[in-house]
Amino acid sequence: MAKVPVQFTLNGSETAEFIESGTTLLNALRDKIGDTSPKGGCHQGTCGACSVIIDGELKLSCLTLAETCNGADIKTTAGLAEGGVLHPLQRAFLDAFATQCGFCTPGMIVAAKVLLDRTPNPSREDVVEALSGNICRCTGYEPIIQAVLTAARANSQNAA
Amino acid sequence: MEMRKDYFADVRKDGLHEIGQPRPRLDSPGHVTGKTTYFADRNFPGMLHLKMVRSPHHHARIRSIDTSEAEKHPGVVRVLTARDVPHNVYTILILIQVGPEDETVLADGKVRWKGEAVVAVLAETERAAQEAAAKVKVDYEVLPAVFDMEEALKPGAPLVNEYHGQNYYLYDSGECRKVRFGDVEAGFAQADHILEQTYQSSPIEHAPTETTGCVVAPEGNDRFACYTNTQAMFFTLDNTSIILQMPGSKLHFVGGTVGGGFGGKVDVIVEPIAILAAKLTGRPVSFIYSREEEMQISSPRAAEKVVIKDGVMKDGRIVARKVSGYTDAGAYSRHSPYGAQKGAAHYPGPYTIPNVWIDAYCVYTNRTPSSAMRGFGVTIGDFALEVQMDKLARLIGMDPLEFRFINAYRDGDMKAHRQPTEGAALIECMQEASRAANWPVAEKYMAMSSYRKGA
Amino acid sequence: MSLALQTFSSVKDANAALQAAGTRYLGGGTLVVRAANEGDVSTSSLVRVTDPGLSQIAVSGGNVRLGASVTMAAIARHPELAALAPAARAVGGPAIRNMATVGGNLFAPAPYGDFAVALLALDATVIAEDGELPIETFLAGRDTSRAIVTAVGFSLPGPKSFRFLKVSRVKPKGVSVLSIAALLERTADGAVTAARIALGCMADRPIRAKAAEKALLGRKLTPREIAPALAAAGQGIAPITDPIASAWYRTEVLPVHLGRLLSN
Repeated sequence: MAKVPVQFTLNGSETAEFIESGTTLLNALRDKIGDTSPKGGCHQGTCGACSVIIDGELKLSCLTLAETCNGADIKTTAGLAEGGVLHPLQRAFLDAFATQCGFCTPGMIVAAKVLLDRTPNPSREDVVEALSGNICRCTGYEPIIQAVLTAARANSQNAA
Repeated sequence: MEMRKDYFADVRKDGLHEIGQPRPRLDSPGHVTGKTTYFADRNFPGMLHLKMVRSPHHHARIRSIDTSEAEKHPGVVRVLTARDVPHNVYTILILIQVGPEDETVLADGKVRWKGEAVVAVLAETERAAQEAAAKVKVDYEVLPAVFDMEEALKPGAPLVNEYHGQNYYLYDSGECRKVRFGDVEAGFAQADHILEQTYQSSPIEHAPTETTGCVVAPEGNDRFACYTNTQAMFFTLDNTSIILQMPGSKLHFVGGTVGGGFGGKVDVIVEPIAILAAKLTGRPVSFIYSREEEMQISSPRAAEKVVIKDGVMKDGRIVARKVSGYTDAGAYSRHSPYGAQKGAAHYPGPYTIPNVWIDAYCVYTNRTPSSAMRGFGVTIGDFALEVQMDKLARLIGMDPLEFRFINAYRDGDMKAHRQPTEGAALIECMQEASRAANWPVAEKYMAMSSYRKGA
Repeated sequence: MSLALQTFSSVKDANAALQAAGTRYLGGGTLVVRAANEGDVSTSSLVRVTDPGLSQIAVSGGNVRLGASVTMAAIARHPELAALAPAARAVGGPAIRNMATVGGNLFAPAPYGDFAVALLALDATVIAEDGELPIETFLAGRDTSRAIVTAVGFSLPGPKSFRFLKVSRVKPKGVSVLSIAALLERTADGAVTAARIALGCMADRPIRAKAAEKALLGRKLTPREIAPALAAAGQGIAPITDPIASAWYRTEVLPVHLGRLLSN
């Protein structure tokens, strides 16, 4: 089967791989590159577990073909902690019991990161809207919403 | 978090180190960094993908299966049918002597529900497996199907499952699991009011974010590693051992974090066929449900029907309760005979009732087999019972919480299935709920105790 | 056959490639890649175009031209397209809106395609390389349409003349029970002089509620005066049945929600 090259920046590192044409970014990241933090929950664009950040925008890696990402800047939850220090969102999710089975967590965290990058002091409604494409079957969402609001407060205190 | 130490202070050891202390979840650091390993995070070189050909009919005889075109399809490595499965007819509760074996790993001669597994296709890529699956030809003779429990129990209804011979599970107690306690008819005769109500529920899908699946890798020496998201590890190991006729020492099961289960990943459906595929091809195999399969194929909570007839006195005492419970197992038993039995034990509720009559039926229909889900056999019954309790309280003009205090079981009370009550804390829970919800009850109820009858 | 992606810089070359059997145009991927993921093996080659012109939004003199690759997110945040923002925001969650395109929405089968419902009410023109079609004609023939849609054009609705409603069972976001878009011209005292009402989920693709439109003419938007339009709303509909709602339910609630949209 014909292989095609893909090359992009993943969590700050130059990444190149040969993949089969038509491979989704989700499968390329998980099966070829080894970043298994995005999860395949539905492969339909419904659950948000595969969410990643491409050039600053939240995208679904299950519906994105890897070949269309050449030259892109891709971020996943696996790349958020810097030097072993958790990102404020990761810290807040941990402290607020915002994870149970953990399967939706990487997608939730990148969705929340895109929100806070653009809207440092979001309202509760902003948070709910930002997470509206991500399904959690365990928590009932409330601890997740609280975690994002807590991370936003922590960020703004650090900035002050 | 608040710990109320005044309850049961004289029967509880103090100086607890963990209870009452906030503790971080051990798995959270892995979850928030994306490092937690789920079964599908394993990838092996040369891994094959398994795709299942499923029945498009609710009930049909299989005249013939032609896999020749699928086998020739580029990328296909092997196609499996019922013939390839060493012990094809099984039932998971056989481990606790609940038979008969009534379900096929791959359909043999008949399908009994829409979505039943018929042929397994193994290919180099998911796409090739999907393409080849579309080329499997199955010739069906469609049979009449039954979807409603009452219809299924009528004489002349289509027979769903020949391994049972009738459309209900035959318990050692007969056509249903029975509880008989006191004299229920005498209780009704004595009652000031009688209320009979019917409650029904639909099947409920767990819909975990991570779909059911497993990844199998041959380890050499005829031993196979099976990375699975089963919630029932040893149960799956033992049933796989039976189905594949392999000693447990050849089956290396690796579990771990489950991406949402809610009781829906206990049915031993994906592991046996995936291990068989790995054994017959010598290759790693991945069998992961699509989202559509998770919603349509995996067992839901059973549909239930609960008919409750209660006799109640004006002073609030329930003196008789008669319950007929029906659990829709779908086409196969899985955990449903056990679920229906749990219902039989549960229908009296946490209440002391002197006269009880319970019939709990496990019924077969041509619907997706149902199975475990959070408190199955109990949850729907609880919904029915507590709605019934509210209706009874309204009937006699009593506060619904006080009505429950009057009937609540306490230590030493004999339950309908003849287990004496011990360790009941219902009175104390209701007292605390009364405070927390700001729903005051009379002082005599606040002075009650679960284990001091005199109080 | 595996799935392969062909990338072209021009629509012309891509249109030529799409003449081959088993090809399908790839926009944002929310329909086409989903179908492939779900086991649709009828497509073996996806064709895409990288021409940046397809992603342009042009607003001038009250006329709007949306390139076919413009995303729902781009519409929702465009300052001059505020009237359309509710319809664009009704599509999916944030990630879907960053991917889903105007062109793709025209092909989305019910219960999807909420933005196309808005475009139908706006009487948009669907533009391809070889010509233009009124959206109603385009939607009727979309199953056999092969030419790549390059843009849609429409007149920007006047203030308060355009209304949009999407009804879901899941909050804050979910798949449509139904969606309704209405473009209403009214006199100074509020009487309707022109009406275009489009419905989503009332067939396999967006349709007009022509009987309701007619029944609104000359009427004010009071409960009493819109009653005939609500009674006529169900004429000619053939709602879908799916896990979200049955055709019966959709039929029953259509007049209720149309009434809420009109009297709002």
